[in-house]
Amino acid sequence: MQKFSAFSLARQAMGRHLGWRPQWRSVVPKPSYDIIIVGGGGHGLGAAYYLAKQHGLCNIAVVERGWLAGGNTARNTTIIRSNYLFEQSSSYYEHALKLWEGLSEELNYNVMFSQRGCLMVAHTVHDVQVFKRHVYANRLNGIDNEWLTPEETKAFCPPLNISPNIRYPVLGAALQRRAGTARHDAVAWGFARAASDLGVDIIENCEVTGIDRDPSGKVTGVQTTRGPIRAGKIGVSAAGHSSVVLAMAGIRLPLQVNPLQALVSEPVKPAFPCVVMSNTIHAYISQSDKGEMVIGAGTDSYVSYTQRGGLHIPAHTLEAICELVPDFRRLRMLRSWGGITDNTPDRSPITAKTSVPGLYVNCGWGTGGFKATPGAANLFAWTIARDEPHPINAPFTIERFRDGTLIDEAAAAAVAH
Amino acid sequence: MSGAFRLAGRGRIDTARPVVFRFDGRMVRGYAGDTVASALLAEGRHLMGRSFKYHRPRGPVSAGSDEPNALVGVGEGGRYTPNLRATQVEIHDGMVVVSQNRAPSLRFDIGALNTLAAPVLPAGFYYKTFMWPRGFWDKVYEPLIRRAAGLGRAPTAPDPDHYALHYAHCDVLVAGGGPAGLAAALAAGQAGARVILCDENVEFGGSLLVDTHSLIDGLPGMTWVARIVAELERLPNVQLLTRCSAFNYGPHNMVALNQRLSDHLAAPPADMPRERIWQVRARDVVLAAGALERVLVFEGNDRPGIMLASAARTYLHRYGVACGRKAVVVTADDAAYRVALDLAEAGVKIAAIADLRPTPGGPVVEAVQSRGIAVLPATTIQRAHGHLRVTGAELAPIGADGTVGRGRTIACDLVLMSGGFTPSLHLHSQARGALRFDDALGVYVPGESVERVRSAGSCRGIFALDEVLRDGVVAGLAAAGGETGPVWTVTRQDAPGAGGFAGALPRRGPGHLALAFVDFQNDVTAKDVKLAVREGFRSIEHVKRYTTTGMATDQGKGSNVNALAIVSDVLGRTPQEVGLTTYRPPYTPVTFGAFAGHARGDQFDPLRLPPMDAWARAQGVVFEDVGLWRRARYFPRAGEDMAAAVARECRAVRGAAGIFDASTLGKIEVVGPDAAEFMNRFYVNAWTKLSIGKCRYGLVCRDSGFVYDDGVVGRIATDRFHVTTTTGGAAGVLNMMEDYLQTEWPDLDVWLTSITEQWAVIALQGPRARDILAPLVDGLDISAGAMPHMTLREGSIGGVPMRLFRVSFTGELGYEINVPSRQAQAVWDRVWQAGAVFGLMPYGTEAMHVLRAEKGYLIVGQETDGTMTPGDVGCGWAVSKVKPDFVGKRALALPAMNAPDRLQMVGVLTDDPQEVLEEGMQLVTAAETPVPASAEGHVTSSYFSPALGRSIAIAMVKGGRSRMGAALYAPRLEGPALKVTLVDPVFYDPEGARLND
Repeated sequence: MQKFSAFSLARQAMGRHLGWRPQWRSVVPKPSYDIIIVGGGGHGLGAAYYLAKQHGLCNIAVVERGWLAGGNTARNTTIIRSNYLFEQSSSYYEHALKLWEGLSEELNYNVMFSQRGCLMVAHTVHDVQVFKRHVYANRLNGIDNEWLTPEETKAFCPPLNISPNIRYPVLGAALQRRAGTARHDAVAWGFARAASDLGVDIIENCEVTGIDRDPSGKVTGVQTTRGPIRAGKIGVSAAGHSSVVLAMAGIRLPLQVNPLQALVSEPVKPAFPCVVMSNTIHAYISQSDKGEMVIGAGTDSYVSYTQRGGLHIPAHTLEAICELVPDFRRLRMLRSWGGITDNTPDRSPITAKTSVPGLYVNCGWGTGGFKATPGAANLFAWTIARDEPHPINAPFTIERFRDGTLIDEAAAAAVAH
Repeated sequence: MSGAFRLAGRGRIDTARPVVFRFDGRMVRGYAGDTVASALLAEGRHLMGRSFKYHRPRGPVSAGSDEPNALVGVGEGGRYTPNLRATQVEIHDGMVVVSQNRAPSLRFDIGALNTLAAPVLPAGFYYKTFMWPRGFWDKVYEPLIRRAAGLGRAPTAPDPDHYALHYAHCDVLVAGGGPAGLAAALAAGQAGARVILCDENVEFGGSLLVDTHSLIDGLPGMTWVARIVAELERLPNVQLLTRCSAFNYGPHNMVALNQRLSDHLAAPPADMPRERIWQVRARDVVLAAGALERVLVFEGNDRPGIMLASAARTYLHRYGVACGRKAVVVTADDAAYRVALDLAEAGVKIAAIADLRPTPGGPVVEAVQSRGIAVLPATTIQRAHGHLRVTGAELAPIGADGTVGRGRTIACDLVLMSGGFTPSLHLHSQARGALRFDDALGVYVPGESVERVRSAGSCRGIFALDEVLRDGVVAGLAAAGGETGPVWTVTRQDAPGAGGFAGALPRRGPGHLALAFVDFQNDVTAKDVKLAVREGFRSIEHVKRYTTTGMATDQGKGSNVNALAIVSDVLGRTPQEVGLTTYRPPYTPVTFGAFAGHARGDQFDPLRLPPMDAWARAQGVVFEDVGLWRRARYFPRAGEDMAAAVARECRAVRGAAGIFDASTLGKIEVVGPDAAEFMNRFYVNAWTKLSIGKCRYGLVCRDSGFVYDDGVVGRIATDRFHVTTTTGGAAGVLNMMEDYLQTEWPDLDVWLTSITEQWAVIALQGPRARDILAPLVDGLDISAGAMPHMTLREGSIGGVPMRLFRVSFTGELGYEINVPSRQAQAVWDRVWQAGAVFGLMPYGTEAMHVLRAEKGYLIVGQETDGTMTPGDVGCGWAVSKVKPDFVGKRALALPAMNAPDRLQMVGVLTDDPQEVLEEGMQLVTAAETPVPASAEGHVTSSYFSPALGRSIAIAMVKGGRSRMGAALYAPRLEGPALKVTLVDPVFYDPEGARLND
């Protein structure tokens, strides 16, 4: 792998940058691999990386239907935090956050992880109760989270309107200082580059059309638009299409797919210092390094795979932004887009073995999968390599929907619902 | 005439109305009808902005909404707006305009030093560096990058303007008011269709605004346009919208338009919205969005004074401005020749026309040559010279083998370029229409769409005016279902000719240090695009993301096709194989405030007021928001804080009586022959045996088995239940009921009606409640024997119809008086007056919370968080053991739902009776618990209890009911943990004697 550094950049500049090689190898699929990861997003590429790096399993292919990391990795609002309510969730997200903190060095790829802090703003007495519970629960779990008064909230994020006379006044906020944002595409590219360097084959434009199994039921490979590929194990990390892929092996996943939209403003000079989330009025905003205000909208309520939603959804979010940050009323929407979210009944993910031997799945991340990328990849790799879950992802089974051991973050109001 | 480059007698500006505005503090004179760009160009000034990355000096390259370079900040104070296109901003007197992204000045920008560093700042350089030392990224590097990035500064004051939102339906929406759009709109309008025609420009006409050559029915283009617009205005079924961009094409022909209303006015009326968003549902859509001229990619192509040929023609004919004295034209198509002729005729010297094509020919080329203008076939531009303004163009011959020979430099102050025209596919593509690459034209054109949509004119690759007009009529008739439409004869026009060029221009030498820009604003060069491909970014989406080409505020209008051509060239694949990036809305940026429209301030979300809101306000109440409702929280008297007021209110209820506006409780009437069966299936409780006139506490679970809502239900008749829900859960419960009724149990004959707004609820609670109420109810015996706890009676109170529930959420003798909302205040007043002698006092939600906590009554959403079963919160008794089915029954039978270590609701007492725990505190087993640790439970409610004279709390604790008397610890954020003891959650009157009094 060509090392990335200021020095290598300068040296390549002398050679007019003609010496850079592809960041990941372009390959023709081999007939057989030990493991195939279905889905070339951040989670899938990361899983391949950790399988190779930490478990010594390098005969791996990642197959991706379209272009690498073109799904939710490319479409999210890049927020990273671990201040979830339930211990199972916060342990999982904190595992991810710790990996984020060293990811640029780990991958030798600047993923621009920026710990700018994330404010979860409370607008009602109920919000205050819920977020204080978050603070206490997180602190007990060793996760940073603190309570700010409205004035402290304003000091941390000056553009916020904390007037007591607005429709939903700011009654305070929970602040996780270690939370922040990252450059979403770079995460996937960094994993792809590092995985490729360790021998992982990354195969784009290769759609899985079937899962082959032997008479015992164990997986033996996949059928793809680029021909059959044999494999001893298959890990599916295909977000909203996970249920489609697993159906090929006769497994029904409890996933519902809804569009989720986001937008950016035109770029402006630094004006918004952190991430602000308001679940009550549905506003999620941060400013990218480029200067665009990155704004997440709510979920469209109908089921759809179309990666677009109705204009009223982002419009409603902009209403909230204009209330919360009235100075931004004259900023302009530059670009908006949609993705599809894979939602489980309890809005918590599945990272688990399946009932089919050799078949594993990591999905159900709904509206919040980006922040988990290195953590989910890391634990998914563990689960595939050892054929058993890591203690952190052990609760995140498919079976919990049958036996009732749900981890209901949505009900706990940790995320918009 | 003001402005050295202004040409008398030309343009569509009003020279009788001079306008003065400020640009970077300096006075600039223009005329009504000018844009900021045209007024500055009239003064000979091209430098208007600085680019994003290298801070290169830039001038306008276009004359419209595709402008990447000339971005300015406009206005002052709350009306300051960054990043507006100088090419679109209409000037008015007193307007204040500033340039952006430069320090200290536009002419001398320290940031331009970045250009010197360009060799080490290729595409994606930031992914490769700034990683050492760890921790420097967000402390040192990132702040520097952020300061360098961004364009204009963000506004720092609230916007005083307001915005409007309008919904409209039509038969035919025509987007674009050039020749195709006008023809389509007239054809559709004459066929009787309801038509909306919109155009982003100040006036209709499109390409005809600047086409002084063509004649339609013998008339000059704009004369024809005026005639057509007049005809359209006469049609009552046609709506014409200018300054109005169609920016978002949603599913099922839902198209959003953004109309700019007041920015161009010096003193708009106070009640005029600044912008209006139209949400148009159109049966059929005709897209007549036109085509955009492509820039050419060569070294130094970004120097001020280098612009699209069509832009120079626009400045000439619309604004009467010559963009320079001496021009060099570089072209790959015929259209630029007409521009050269127009400019020459206006007095601009055309030094040469370099044509990339080996054998340009045809009437317009000959016309140019006959004027003595040098036409250089098979000639490219090697580079442009100059810094703040172009000073020369180095033209070089292209050999038969494609190699470029030695060139010569021609001095000039204007370089016009034309790479041909790219159809505007944005809206078609937003609607998920397919695209087709037209090999003959070398551009993408619209393919199939699932919507009822047609493209017409140059946005589908038809460029000859006569064909454009016919195409527009055909599209308009097809959309409207008409049969015959208007016919015009184009009596003079230029043939479009063949040609066009996309990608980087051929050059001599490798040009390793050359900066040839593909995306001007983001400073993406041809080399950057090639580097991305070299590094393995082969998908066009990857190239876009790695280089940021096409991601500037022009959204790649001028750059995408060139980037595509370069990628396809390097990869050796056809453009069709490479594909285009997704077109993402909006077509042009749209103001946040316009989306918000009237939904601001109090109108941001509807505010629901209970019937006694005004009365409470008169009492000096403190409110709280609960869902959409504004509820009375407590009624402080002079000198009282919340604790004192709440304690007083609690004592009044326990000692005498309190009155409480409970109208926000959700109320649903469940009616029908199968009402009882519906209730049986929906609630966990059994309802069949509930007698008429009796009430029961009901619990709703989700199918997950977790408590969703609760409330008292009364049976009015065999087939009629009066259901109450929590305040916040009202809408959700009704939705869930309807969902089950319509999808799971269509066999049930039941109607559901929300009656929350119809019935106001006056809660009268306390030992004197009956004494107060008895004289007021009309002939109704409410004595303990006649009307025990958990019963209801229908009757009247002072002649007002009433449903009287004897229920209590305080643990005291209590009634909830349901009366029609409109008469509620009158009834309240009578109760209030009658209660005066008994010491009746109003209380709010805070006292209500304390009173119910003293009794161990749960609040859904406070004790529960969506993960609690009825058994967890001590309501296992409510769950029917005999019903064959109900929502949640299967889940409640699962082992995990009955595990002994589930969180269970308990009471919690602190060692120090004055210490009030904070809600949300976690409970652990040891005083010194090192983190990370798991919690044994958490505090859900905590108050100081006036009745007990000490603090009380409710908590959810693992296996809590079997741990009574056990000690736990509540760690604080600061200081040592607090010791607590687990107790029964019913703190007050555990026998319920007061309730049944």
